[in-house]
Amino acid sequence: MNELLEVAGLGVVYRGRPPVRAVDGVDLTVGAGQVVGLVGESGCGKSTVARTICGLVKPAAGAVVFDGIPVTPLGLRRRPAALTRIQMVFQDPYASLHPRRRIGAQIGDGVRAAATRGGEPSEPAWWLRRVGLEPDAARRYPHEFSGGQRQRIAIARALAARPDLLIGDEPISALDASTQAAVAALMRDLAVDSGAGLLFISHDLSVVRLIADRLIVMYRGRIVESGPARAIWEDPQHPYTQSLLAAVPVPDGLGTMPAPPADEADYPLEPVLR
Amino acid sequence: MTVAAVDSGGLRARFRTRIPRAWRTPLGITGAVVATLWILVAVLGPLLWPHNPLGQDFPRLQAPSGAHWFGTDELGRDVLSRVLAGARVTVPLALLLVGLSVVIGGILGLAAGFFGRWVDETVMRLTDLVMAFPTVILAMVVAASLGASLVNAVLAALVVSWPAYARVTRGLVVGIRGAEYVLADRLLGFSALRSLRMDIVPMVTGPVLILASLDIGTATLLLSGLSFLGLGAKPPTAEWGSMVGTAIAHFDAWWMGVFPGLAILTVVMAFNFLGDALRDALDPHTAGVLGQAETR
Amino acid sequence: MSRATLEITGLTLRISSAEILRGVDLSLAAGRIQGLAGESGSGKTMTGLAVLGLLPAGSQVTGSIAYGEQELLALSPRRRNDLRGAEIAMVFQDPSTSLHPMLSVGAQLTDHLRHHLKLDRAASRARAAELLGRVRIADPAAALRRYPHQFSGGQRQRIAIAIALACAPKVLIADEPTTALDVTVQAGVLHLLRDLATEMGLAVLLITHDLGVMSAVADRVAVMRRGEVVENGDRLQVFTEPAHPYTASLLASLPGAAGGVRTLDDVRALREGP
Repeated sequence: MNELLEVAGLGVVYRGRPPVRAVDGVDLTVGAGQVVGLVGESGCGKSTVARTICGLVKPAAGAVVFDGIPVTPLGLRRRPAALTRIQMVFQDPYASLHPRRRIGAQIGDGVRAAATRGGEPSEPAWWLRRVGLEPDAARRYPHEFSGGQRQRIAIARALAARPDLLIGDEPISALDASTQAAVAALMRDLAVDSGAGLLFISHDLSVVRLIADRLIVMYRGRIVESGPARAIWEDPQHPYTQSLLAAVPVPDGLGTMPAPPADEADYPLEPVLR
Repeated sequence: MTVAAVDSGGLRARFRTRIPRAWRTPLGITGAVVATLWILVAVLGPLLWPHNPLGQDFPRLQAPSGAHWFGTDELGRDVLSRVLAGARVTVPLALLLVGLSVVIGGILGLAAGFFGRWVDETVMRLTDLVMAFPTVILAMVVAASLGASLVNAVLAALVVSWPAYARVTRGLVVGIRGAEYVLADRLLGFSALRSLRMDIVPMVTGPVLILASLDIGTATLLLSGLSFLGLGAKPPTAEWGSMVGTAIAHFDAWWMGVFPGLAILTVVMAFNFLGDALRDALDPHTAGVLGQAETR
Repeated sequence: MSRATLEITGLTLRISSAEILRGVDLSLAAGRIQGLAGESGSGKTMTGLAVLGLLPAGSQVTGSIAYGEQELLALSPRRRNDLRGAEIAMVFQDPSTSLHPMLSVGAQLTDHLRHHLKLDRAASRARAAELLGRVRIADPAAALRRYPHQFSGGQRQRIAIAIALACAPKVLIADEPTTALDVTVQAGVLHLLRDLATEMGLAVLLITHDLGVMSAVADRVAVMRRGEVVENGDRLQVFTEPAHPYTASLLASLPGAAGGVRTLDDVRALREGP
């Protein structure tokens, strides 16, 4: 069956002495209208996987195929129109918008990207409304908005390009805790409603598991566990996933200390795939 | 609601709010006023000169008096007229020098930062080559080998001035090139060149302009210095540096050297104050003090 | 009931015409962890900085910060300097910038010890090694010779804690001490903080936006909003029966909190809500 996104045997190596295997033998798929959560701690390679899928990073091994088209790394030329169907929302809301251009113009870039592919025309104001902002925001500049609002603008810009695959690279991490769940849900609903797939990367499991259909857990460049989100959340099988879940403090007021992992734990690298 | 950071905003919006505040500092205002005055002197030129700067009509080596506020020099020329006329030489040439350095250094730096690899290597090694020599000495050597003239002095000064801009621009471009909004635009179909023009260049111009405004003083000194050494303006051109150079032989006629010297001093200080005020206003790190406090 | 180690009463703060704190009341007791929660812009970090006397230039402070018999706001900068580090210590958020990158860990610890406790070289080295052991850094003697960049984020934070506790202070202000750390690393550091607070009888002010962390370690929880403390009570009480609607709304948007969102529909309901 042809999935929307197929990643096979992906490997990414960063130069250095010694060279770092940021990603090692990663396989994953995302289907149309499906939400896949990619979780792990810092350095596990999840962001690198996201950037490789977009073509921002060149893989050392493996292949990324989007709707049957191999994804080529970004060069000096413009992105081929077919590949603008992959869009990304980045982590830092203070860096993902051009500081000197009006919001409307930036969302307009998204609209134009979709128009180039022959999609139906749309207005930036419409996308602003969809993410819960006033249409007159189009005339304003990024610095006039809060972090949460800027992230919504970034989402509007990405969606205006009518992507079939939306990737969120830690899109909620920089937001206040009270808005994280809401923004994550917004991304899910908007993506799924338009039939797009969503690859949602985060280190925060408690929010991701609410919006994801499937979860993939990464550790040190490899996938250690994957399966239906609910199954993994309620019954993790791999020791790393188990310690990851046990370490998340629950805000229930009971004073339960999160369990620290065993010192220098060496987890088995065979993945548990469901 | 979070108070947003002060370093972003439309360029026009920023100038409207930032420049007025910058001028409110006493030094900034002083610098702006003095610099404007000298530019006016340069522009109005002959209208202001009490006498012909080249006319050797007057008694020689007269101390400053009612007739000649700045005295007369060794050939009987009115020093005041010569000092005012000197503004027409030094001020435009200093601005031209800085302008050319910005353009040449900026373009090379942009290319180096953006395309990377061999372009970067070539440009950077070129800047290394030039910067390995002491600035003034290298300028002297180039000016001397080209032959003494104002044009050659500007060329020589240009050779030693462009590398700093190339380095700064390259550094800024390398920093911005990985910014998330730049990547987002590439994903939306911007070509590399379009991204360079719209995403990178606008963010580079601010810091470069600040550097340039602070550099006008240095440019003035460099050009006057070369003329002082006889490698720039040729007699009888009224140019401050060469006037100071001639004055050395007539030490007791102090007015011959002091007034052109003061002219150089005031121009350099004025542009330095102006540059400082501009930087304090536009630099996001210091602008925070004048702008709103960030709360957490 | 023991007298409070540190008592903040009616603290207000203005920075060039912006009102940052509008009357904050808090008290810290030995051996107990007082949590200070709030979102960005609430003023919680400024409260911590006010106690230490590290406010930015142009700050106007009124009110009272009573440490034992002394009124901190009335002290001369020199006296405050003497107290800072020796009796009132602080741990900051980012372990990569809170340690001096060019001094060895040993130098940073002994520097501190020799200044405040006037120990000689040998005695301060011995105590430094002892402190590193206490914060559970492996092989303390060797660690003294290494530099911050040779340690992981979690270890650097432990070292920062060791430096903070070197002179056996009575008060510890921890500002987002684990926010920059991975969740598994965070668990270990939280255990450490909790244990040290009890062992050393520290009065701890734990500032964080992360209510999960608050729930795990704090004994009492205060919630700040726009420069005011809107709620201050026993941890279980605040989490299960918040008195202030703001606290309730914060909890409602968190997965895992009592009354917090549990499913995607809950999140959507929040969005539609008031």
